[in-house]
Amino acid sequence: MNLQNFLLMRHELLLILLVIVIIFAEIFSKEETKHRIINFSIVLFFIQTVVGFLPVTQGELFGGMFQNDIFRSTFKNILNIGVLIVLLQSSAWLRKEENKEKISEYIILLLSTLIGMFFMVSSGDFLMMYIGLELASLPLAALAAYETKKAKSAEAGIKLLLISSLSTGILLYGISMIYGTTGSIYFADVAANFGNSSLQILGFIFFVAGMGFKISLVPFHLWTADVYEGAPIGITAYLSVISKGAAIFIFTIILYKVFGAISHTWNPLIYALAVATMTIGNLFAIRQNNMKRFLAFSSIAQAGFILVGILGLGDMGSTSVVYYILVYIFTNLAAFGVVSAIYNESGKENMDDYNGLYKTNPKLSLVMTLALFSLAGIPPVAGFFGKFFLFTSAASQGLYILVLIGVLNATLSLYYYLKVAKAIFIDPSDNPIPYFKSDFNARVGLLLCVIGIIVVGFAASIYEAIYSFSSLI
Amino acid sequence: MIDYTYTIWIVLIPLIMFVILGLFGSKMKPNLAGILGSAGLFTTTILSYLTAYFYFFKAEPINGAFTSITAYNVEWLKFSDSLSIHLGVLLDPISVMMLVVITTISLMVHIYSIGYMKGDSGFQRFFAFLSLFTFSMLGLVVSTDIIQMYIGFEMVGLSSYLLIGHYYEKPSAVAASNKAFIVTRFADFGFLIGILLVSFYTGTFDFNVLTNNDASVYTSMGHASFLGMSALTWGMFLIFIGGAGKSAMFPLHIWLPDAMEGPTPVSALIHAATMVVAGVYLVARMFIVYHFQAPGTLEFIAYVGAFTSLFAAIIAITQYDIKRILAFSTLSQIGYMMLALGVSGYGGEGGVGYMASMFHLFTHAMFKGLLFLGAGSIIHAIHSNDLRDMGNLRKYMPITFITFAIAVLSISGIPPFSGFWSKDEILAAAFEHNKLIYFSSVLVAGLTAFYMSRLFFTVFYGKKTDYKHEPHESSLLMTIPLMILAFAATFAGFIPFSSFVTSDGKAFESSLSLSIAIPSVIIALSGIVLAFLLYHKKSDVPDKITVSLGFLYRATLNKFYFDEIYLFVTRKIIFNLISRPIAWFDKHIIDGSMDGIAWIIETTSIKIKGLQSGQLQQYAFVFVSGTIILVLFFAYWFI
Repeated sequence: MNLQNFLLMRHELLLILLVIVIIFAEIFSKEETKHRIINFSIVLFFIQTVVGFLPVTQGELFGGMFQNDIFRSTFKNILNIGVLIVLLQSSAWLRKEENKEKISEYIILLLSTLIGMFFMVSSGDFLMMYIGLELASLPLAALAAYETKKAKSAEAGIKLLLISSLSTGILLYGISMIYGTTGSIYFADVAANFGNSSLQILGFIFFVAGMGFKISLVPFHLWTADVYEGAPIGITAYLSVISKGAAIFIFTIILYKVFGAISHTWNPLIYALAVATMTIGNLFAIRQNNMKRFLAFSSIAQAGFILVGILGLGDMGSTSVVYYILVYIFTNLAAFGVVSAIYNESGKENMDDYNGLYKTNPKLSLVMTLALFSLAGIPPVAGFFGKFFLFTSAASQGLYILVLIGVLNATLSLYYYLKVAKAIFIDPSDNPIPYFKSDFNARVGLLLCVIGIIVVGFAASIYEAIYSFSSLI
Repeated sequence: MIDYTYTIWIVLIPLIMFVILGLFGSKMKPNLAGILGSAGLFTTTILSYLTAYFYFFKAEPINGAFTSITAYNVEWLKFSDSLSIHLGVLLDPISVMMLVVITTISLMVHIYSIGYMKGDSGFQRFFAFLSLFTFSMLGLVVSTDIIQMYIGFEMVGLSSYLLIGHYYEKPSAVAASNKAFIVTRFADFGFLIGILLVSFYTGTFDFNVLTNNDASVYTSMGHASFLGMSALTWGMFLIFIGGAGKSAMFPLHIWLPDAMEGPTPVSALIHAATMVVAGVYLVARMFIVYHFQAPGTLEFIAYVGAFTSLFAAIIAITQYDIKRILAFSTLSQIGYMMLALGVSGYGGEGGVGYMASMFHLFTHAMFKGLLFLGAGSIIHAIHSNDLRDMGNLRKYMPITFITFAIAVLSISGIPPFSGFWSKDEILAAAFEHNKLIYFSSVLVAGLTAFYMSRLFFTVFYGKKTDYKHEPHESSLLMTIPLMILAFAATFAGFIPFSSFVTSDGKAFESSLSLSIAIPSVIIALSGIVLAFLLYHKKSDVPDKITVSLGFLYRATLNKFYFDEIYLFVTRKIIFNLISRPIAWFDKHIIDGSMDGIAWIIETTSIKIKGLQSGQLQQYAFVFVSGTIILVLFFAYWFI
């Protein structure tokens, strides 16, 4: 491999290097200084994130299995920012006594799944995509079960693992059918040979079902709530934002590039999934009291909105999806950041516990409100523009009924987001969560989110940049 | 040519104020925050007046018509190669007029609030949000682009939400703010879909293209149809839904009466003078399109306006909360504006309805702002909203009394007060176009005079209530705005509106037609007299003698049978047979159906909970059956 190839795989290679460095740091650091690994890896990761923004060249490796271009590397940068925020938010929790033993384990596993996602994002054939997907999934099951002393955490781990293998089975089955009928696993070749035979369609549906698990589309979503509730908050945030975002990205690319020719065939399928996902996600979210479950269902509904954007097809569709994922990363991580700060401090994670929070912790309350407004899509914050572009993209294909359903669901979601705001601002409480100051890292993480929520909404150049990249692929 | 670039500051100054007050407000002394906010707004007001002066008096009309000038325009987002969103300032007769209205009322409300909100713990926050609202509203009216207008719509909704919920410790205030937010947001989404439809077919968001009387951009849209109506009609209808939500047209009106939970100055600014007329403004902005491309929708707008107007006026009769009466009266008056647009033609004298609607918007802002601020002054003095706790206040609050009287005469349409002139034009337009709407409007005029006088006589005359603390006149900070607005409410009617604001920008002569004016004044007067007889009589004997000289004296003599008849007609027939049922219908059926939707959603949500059992086997089962269903779905679809 010459230097050019290294540059093309820069994101992946740097991450692998980072993981190795952390392993060495773990081996050679003393017991009492283990906690320094946290900040050490955050700094390294930050450098990695910055390096990721250096310009990339377009190209492919391993005979087309691995592809990179500015669109994909931009998306990897977006994921990097998200993971950086997750690391910042987890650090207070990692420092706790019970986790002291396995700090680097957490970080190494987290970064390994990210490597998997990068490979998945850059994949040029189904095999690379599949390997990336598995590399991204398996460490996550371990991470979900990270809190070994808690039964719920173990339950989350095993549930994730089992359902994940079920979905992988279906996905592989689908891919094998596609391979069998087209004679290739390369995206370009499959696209060229894809007809409309029943077996191919069947393979395609299995593929969608397998991906539906990762994106938690209804009816493949049932694992979400239990796993989100049981897993450590940092991992829940990671699952709901990063892992979901990456899966949606590659799903969109494959739909457009590989199955683009039969878009009229999958249109009704995605349409139905979008409607079901938005509606069911919303209906479940209304009744949740546990904040993690609440955010889990809200994130299911959000995935439904993204599907609406996918139906917009073309550059506009992919731009609106990527833009929304960017907005969603900041927004949802802000919400999770507040939930995790409160959990670390008081061990509370129910909506009732938030009663009267505004009186004791006004700043956290305001961040939470901003995040909720953005999730509900209220201007002028970023979430509004995100939804707006998704709907516009679908409307440009004339899917007005779908947009109408989306709009109704958005209004419905406003109701339950305001419910949290109500708990924070209005509902009285005899013993509200007392005032506390979260640690420096968590505050930096929240600050990043808040800046993201505000700036991404106003800086039109971000949308335009994504738009110009998306037309390149 | 005059350089209007400075007009961008009209919009920006309130935004800067919001940022300053929002970030540093809590560290300031309350009064400083109030003064800072008012000073910023004062500058904005001066700039708006200057703009109006330049625009209407200095600029040369082209071909005798005021042109629309894009004073400032920046491409904010390039959406795709052909479609982009602009932010900017568009000056044309209606936007300039709105600038004057908004800044005037907002300035009055700012000054008034320094007195009214004194001692409130959220004083600085209140002023910050007031600036935010003013910014959003100004940004809305100067939109060069329909998306900017949409963002403005949502932003005023958001700031209204924040301001209604100002007393966030009060559960009812919070419920009301949520309701207002969700209902108007629901309507805004209709607006959004309308925009997407129109822009999809026309390929532009720009008002200069959309409303330049060149129908060619709509050609493709007229052909596409859905459910028997053309895409264009659908688009314009959905855009109207957005306007109807903000302007609280039936049946989306349910949020407005509840929104009265907010502080009273907020009600004056948002729920009387500015935000609620945004819908009227939207229809006026797109009027040319409605008129030429979607006349059916315009007809529909006229009927919705007329119905809302009548419906709200009837409900207002039965209310006891002073602010709710004013809220229903606002609904009714906005209904007037909508119906005037609905019956209007285009160009020259045919566009009298358009002119009348804008005229009424202008005068209504003045007198309704005054009514709300006056009501605030009363509430401030006796700490109650309930009519039954009030009486005989004219002795204690002379300035409030006189200014309130002017406002009541104005809204009742008694010459020479401003409401008379604008209402007369509306009635004239309705008479030309649609007799049914005309008669309903005349009836509303009578009802308006009646319920406003009922309010007036009960509060300022009426029984003498034993007040625990003797009420006293409000401070100068509160009464000066009252006086200024009273001045405006008296004389605004003499502005020759038809030379400034017309459907095609060309001035025309409008004259008072006596055949319209006389019946409406007679009806209004009889409404007032009726209210006087019913609600004034409970006052003290000496009062009665002094007031009841002449005609009134004889009326008192005859009171025996007058009373019987009036009581029978009003209490038994109007109240029990018409007003009460309609109020009940509004409360239980309209409101109830909304609650019903909420209930259905809630119940469904409980019912499907069983799906989420926690059983892994079941999850796997659902997963696999989901896949199978998709396969079957396709098998059915394609084979």
